[in-house]
Amino acid sequence: MDLLDTFFNVPILIRTFPLLLAGLAVTIQIGATSIVAGLALGLFLCLVRLYGPRPVVLLARLYIDIFRSIPLLVLLIVVYYALPFVGIRLSPFLSAVVALTLVSGAYTAEIFRAGIEAIPAGQFEASRALGLGYRDMMVDVILPQAVKIVIPPLTNNCINVMKDTALASVVAMPDLLKQATQAQALAANPSPLIGAALIYLAFLWPLVALVSRFERRMGQGTR
Amino acid sequence: MAGIIKISNLSKHYGAFAALTEIDLEIAEGEVVCVIGPSGSGKSTLIRCINLLESYSAGGIITVDGIPVEPGRHLAQVRAEVGMVFQSFNLFPHMSVLRNIMLAPMRVRKMTAARAEEKARELLARVGIAEQAEKYPGHLSGGQQQRVAIARALAMEPRVLLFDEPTSALDPEMVGEVLDVMRALAGTGVTMVIVTHEMGFARQVADRVIFMNGGRIVETGTPAEIFDAPREPRTRDFLSAVLNH
Repeated sequence: MDLLDTFFNVPILIRTFPLLLAGLAVTIQIGATSIVAGLALGLFLCLVRLYGPRPVVLLARLYIDIFRSIPLLVLLIVVYYALPFVGIRLSPFLSAVVALTLVSGAYTAEIFRAGIEAIPAGQFEASRALGLGYRDMMVDVILPQAVKIVIPPLTNNCINVMKDTALASVVAMPDLLKQATQAQALAANPSPLIGAALIYLAFLWPLVALVSRFERRMGQGTR
Repeated sequence: MAGIIKISNLSKHYGAFAALTEIDLEIAEGEVVCVIGPSGSGKSTLIRCINLLESYSAGGIITVDGIPVEPGRHLAQVRAEVGMVFQSFNLFPHMSVLRNIMLAPMRVRKMTAARAEEKARELLARVGIAEQAEKYPGHLSGGQQQRVAIARALAMEPRVLLFDEPTSALDPEMVGEVLDVMRALAGTGVTMVIVTHEMGFARQVADRVIFMNGGRIVETGTPAEIFDAPREPRTRDFLSAVLNH
């Protein structure tokens, strides 16, 4: 059948599969690095925003609002194509990681803030009344409870970061999507694109299912 | 009698609303003081100022054992000496009962885990729930949770214990077990300041009763003076309302 030959050409898929896998490895590297860096940045921003001195709080809020507003593709292009004009030249990999981290950090900060603010005031008061210092209060009492609350939205954010890694293909990063478009051009057949889409699906669908499970379990209320 | 808590000229405002107005109060070491009064009279706010869970207006002075209660270096010292029991228990839900009690002694007093556990088990036995040590707060009844909260406060060996309506969130059949624990504590020399609606308990246990209304101390005296011969009309009105319902 013509349609099958065009979109699901098995010989072409088999031939380009190693390329796609190499692309997936790059995608995972970019995604994982950005997720970890975004978590660290987000936690820092969130604590600063909640408990920092007034001017720093304003800066953190400004940062969070800006990086949640700016389209990721625009940011990525600015980082890769505009920064060299001021002498900052980042590799495609670093450009992608920096752009993804800056944005993911802003979203993560908001997720952490919502988690911490969901902890009842009585938990803070009991900690203070016992004489616990700020660090002990956060590490022993507040964050362990907040983490449980933020795991579903954080996983969601991870999925978004993983999906957004596809944008790295515009800065010539040989990620899964870039490999697929190149293979498509070489083979003069769109099957590799379909292959890439299926790989994204196979990789991210389980994560999406995991989030649903978390949310269902949270809904049942295991307090 | 040396005053362990000294409060002078204490005021607090929420915007235009005066929650506390020019409170002067001295509480002696070992004294058991019950604070009574209608809701919104400032009772809770008053005791929450003593460990600075609430800030208060400039000009007021509170000291605990001579240490000023104000933001800064001394605050940790004050809070280590002043335990608090809340209306809604505020146990840490992600820790076992034992860990709830051990946490502050280990972090603040730098006690070893073994020593803190030994002490926690002693305290649980003292409040009558030794067998619940490994459970999580969510699996205990309200009365049991409040007894854990008392044990948690005691683990810091505080010189002052503040109780903020400790039985108000409890089912009626559990009020007695918590009051029993508090009654036993009253004889141990620890200074207690108790905000309560349990008039029978206040009459029986308090060395001194303070009646508050509208953010001011209206009347203070022995239980007999306050309950049997209140001087102020406002005190009489309040007592007749709560005692003859």
